Amino acid sequence: MQQTCKPFEEMSADDYAAIGLRSGLEVHRQLLTPTKLFCRCPAGRYSSAYDAEVLRHMRPTLSEFGEYDGTALMEKKTKKNIHYRIHRNTVCTYEFDDTPPFAPSEEALDIATELALLLRLNMVDELHIARKQYLDGSIPAGFQRTTILGVDGWIPYQDRRIGIVQLGLEEDSCREVSDIGHDRVYLTDRLGTPLIEVVTAPDMRTPQEVADVGRIIRNLCRSTRKVRTGYGAARQDVNVSVEGGTRIEIKGVPQLGRIPRLVYNEARRQRSLLHIREQLKERGITEDTLSCRHDDVTRIVARTHYDPMRDAIANGQRVRCVVLAGFAGLLNEPTQEHTNFAKEFADRVRVIACLTRLPNLVHSDTASESLYGKDWKRLFRVMRADHRDALVLVWGSEGDTVCACEEIAIRAREATIGIPCDTRQALKDGTNGFERVLPGAERMYPDTDLPPIELGETRITSIQSQLPEYVWDREKRYREIGLTEDIISEVLLSPYAAILDRATEEFRVPPLVAAVVLLQRFKHWRRSRLPLNAISNEDALSVFTAMADGRLPREGVAMVFREFLVTRKANPDSDVALAGILEKLIEDSADEQNVKACLQEVVREAAGRKFPDRETKHRFLMGQLMNSLRGRFSGTQLSNMLSSVLAETTAKESETSVQA
Amino acid sequence: MTSTLTQGYRGEGKKTLEQFSVGVWSDVEVETQQGRFRGIVLPRSETSDEKHIVLKLATGYNVGIKANTVTNVIEHGKRVANYKIPEKKFPYHPNKPNVTLFGTGGTIASRLDYRSGAVIPAFSPGELYGSVPELADYCNLTTEKLYGVFSENMGPEQYIALAKRIGDEIRNGVDGIVIGHGTDTMHHTAAVLSFMVQNSPIPIVMVGSQRSSDRPSSDAAINLINAVKAAAESDIAEVLVCMFGPTSDQYCLLHRGTRVRKMHSSYRSTFRTIGDIPLGQIDTTRIDCFRDDYNRRRTDREVTILPTFDEKVTILYYYPNMMPDIVDAMVEKGYRGIVIAGTGLGHVNKPLYPALKRAVDQGVHVYMTVQTLWGYVQMYVYETGRKIMELGVVPAANMLPEVAFMKLSWALGQTTDREEVKRIMLTPICDEITQREPYNGYLVFQGAVPEVQQFIRGIKR
Repeated sequence: MQQTCKPFEEMSADDYAAIGLRSGLEVHRQLLTPTKLFCRCPAGRYSSAYDAEVLRHMRPTLSEFGEYDGTALMEKKTKKNIHYRIHRNTVCTYEFDDTPPFAPSEEALDIATELALLLRLNMVDELHIARKQYLDGSIPAGFQRTTILGVDGWIPYQDRRIGIVQLGLEEDSCREVSDIGHDRVYLTDRLGTPLIEVVTAPDMRTPQEVADVGRIIRNLCRSTRKVRTGYGAARQDVNVSVEGGTRIEIKGVPQLGRIPRLVYNEARRQRSLLHIREQLKERGITEDTLSCRHDDVTRIVARTHYDPMRDAIANGQRVRCVVLAGFAGLLNEPTQEHTNFAKEFADRVRVIACLTRLPNLVHSDTASESLYGKDWKRLFRVMRADHRDALVLVWGSEGDTVCACEEIAIRAREATIGIPCDTRQALKDGTNGFERVLPGAERMYPDTDLPPIELGETRITSIQSQLPEYVWDREKRYREIGLTEDIISEVLLSPYAAILDRATEEFRVPPLVAAVVLLQRFKHWRRSRLPLNAISNEDALSVFTAMADGRLPREGVAMVFREFLVTRKANPDSDVALAGILEKLIEDSADEQNVKACLQEVVREAAGRKFPDRETKHRFLMGQLMNSLRGRFSGTQLSNMLSSVLAETTAKESETSVQA
Repeated sequence: MTSTLTQGYRGEGKKTLEQFSVGVWSDVEVETQQGRFRGIVLPRSETSDEKHIVLKLATGYNVGIKANTVTNVIEHGKRVANYKIPEKKFPYHPNKPNVTLFGTGGTIASRLDYRSGAVIPAFSPGELYGSVPELADYCNLTTEKLYGVFSENMGPEQYIALAKRIGDEIRNGVDGIVIGHGTDTMHHTAAVLSFMVQNSPIPIVMVGSQRSSDRPSSDAAINLINAVKAAAESDIAEVLVCMFGPTSDQYCLLHRGTRVRKMHSSYRSTFRTIGDIPLGQIDTTRIDCFRDDYNRRRTDREVTILPTFDEKVTILYYYPNMMPDIVDAMVEKGYRGIVIAGTGLGHVNKPLYPALKRAVDQGVHVYMTVQTLWGYVQMYVYETGRKIMELGVVPAANMLPEVAFMKLSWALGQTTDREEVKRIMLTPICDEITQREPYNGYLVFQGAVPEVQQFIRGIKR
């Protein structure tokens, strides 16, 4: 069988160039606002608990230009009952479309403006709220309210620019609970949370570049400190096409690390589908000559031993067969890793005909895995098909099986044309599956519930004057002061980066020392639920300054913070101040005389103990010493002093033993 | 024509478009001090400001560009929106009932009007069949657009013409009538039609939508399908309102025209029968009647049309410390009827007594209803009530204030004789006054109460 793409691991940039890979990203990121975008419900509260349910159906409507959107028509075919679970703490009557929108959140407008300016977009003067139709039910209204703040910007990547098409501000959708048969269930808590959508131009040429650019945009968003973080707070859609292929959108990738494999698989799928089209052409099958016919065959397969089909028949359901004339052998053609062409049909049957229990079809290319040979023979005869054809069987209610066979025929027709314009879902194994027909501009409709909003020069100039430093500039700066790559990637996202910057720039604190405390120790303490927000930036800086001035030993820095945090956690109302703890530690800091006295004493006390070797002894004694001197004296210096004392004593001991 | 070229634009926006010789529907590249924008110039809503030009970008989004920052515009062509609801010929079947749909301005299938920013209804049977093909399962449909007004602009002229057209259609032999109507005053029209069209042999079903039909989750299609089904198949030959029962897409309720009221500004399930139970519920599979005291469908073509209306009637919504000069002013301005929405069992404050006396003495017809909506006027319970009656104020039992207003307007259009008006007002025509209030005629659940929560959780509303 012809290999249309090398395995993932072997693909080089040149290989991708050869197949003409182009890819772009749509980055969605929730904004850190107290309320939702168009109502006053709290944002960021998630719970699967619910008080009530609402049931809705979606009907396609006409676009502004008088056209129906293809996705809308597809969703209409599915005839889904959409159940919304609602809880009074997270949802009001706005979310389930029983109250018109309130004016949009000012905080959200400010944050979106800041991000638009960071992306160097041409700012729009007057925002027009649009309704973007979603007939899958993920928004009870059937549309998402969305608006564009700016168009046509760019970000630097390596030695070139990646175009930013636009930045939109929109409301987040529902969380899907389940989708079985004709019933789809959603949770509404997330619905309405403000979200930005950053759309890049298709300027990326390899799967890795897509992930890299995703990372840059993530860092840029997070550098504002005004976006939500955590699982689900950011989701990427990836657009992929190859030479001769089509732009395909893969929806909802939560982790950047998963992007490369997804891009690879989609590129490979498109190559395979183009290859299948060529084979069909060679067999003389084109859009015009294609023939598909279907019929009820329940009677023919009534005695089947194939479990899924037998159970269906026992439950009074029907079995239907569709003949794909001239398709024999093609359904086994691989399209993605561990996936073949038959899945293109199975996906459509699952999504559109709602035959969601898998497997939902069997076909004659893998005949032996399902029905007996004699059953297949009868089917070929009854359907008047021959060895050049492929048969596909589906089972379910009469209506669903007819819908399924029609969808299979539609998909077969698309195979003769090339690659259908789908929106595809990202699967965990790096492959993708059909989600819906790719919606077009027809699904946009002006929102008549809200007037246009003037963004205002005052807002723009005031936000412009307070923009954070570009992440790529910071990255360069950290590299120059000698931070390692993994520390840099952490600093870029750290809420304490501002302290680190001032500590290193204004107070000459060694960058690595500050980075270790502010990144690793702080992270550890946050996980231990110590009240880190009790430390002000100024307090933190005073500790680093004391260290830079030589008043506080390096080990003392973490000690001051820790003691403060532990005290505050034990007694949140205590008026203990970080400055007090710092002063006390500085006062306590030991001069060399004290340390020497301590040393002598510890060595004397340990005189009776036996140690296997000198290193163990050194470690034990250091431990003893640090109990009283931690944070009061430099550990490195102490260790050196101990070594020389030990060297002296050993010399004495050997003298004594010689004398003995 | 420049006016269509700059549709809706004024001032700065219009000047800029004219300066670069482009107009609405031009596909343009606009250079501004902000940067470059490419899109189609859209008409501008007349209520929006003069400063911005609206572009539709290739992605489908609309954006506003400040006109005075535009430095250059290049036109690449034109793309005129050709908004047309796909029309399909409405099928005719000799065995299906014939239904006439009158349009007054509700939005069943609609399109956007850029200049007002609102939606315009589309209405022909072909258009309706194109967007709600299910209608053909129930009937042969004829449509007639009587008006295109928002429901708040409905008035006596429309009521009278509508009543007459209903009479014509009944005599023409239709099997059912549906009236598309804006929801805000649907219950006013339903009430007045209940008085103007009496003894109808067929159902007259009013319907509208709380979410316009340009929204995928609109209630318009379901309401319309159920209304058409009720008109074609139901046995209830009365003026009905057919609207969503719960907010969920499940069924519609059939309300009697004189007992129904819009109770929420935006909910789908806004129409409720007040002080009684609805007539029934309906979905695409069945019609369930909750009661049997309704007028049955007949095959004859008899109907009484009484299209009268006196415009000099008002509702006086009482509030504490109301001053008597309000009543005096009404009398002075020539009002012949006043429906008071009084407190509790039907009360107003003492300072109003002399003014009410003066009003009655000057021939004004004054009726008492309750602003609690549920319950009867009962003016014997307290002495104050008895005093008010002595002044000549007539208690109107459990007639809803809006219904009493419509009935008094209608009655005064026929006669001003005090006793005759009183007879008309207090003789129930279609349950505007009921003899008894059932215990389940008043159900306003309170959230958070455990048993209510349990109910809501289990049953989709």
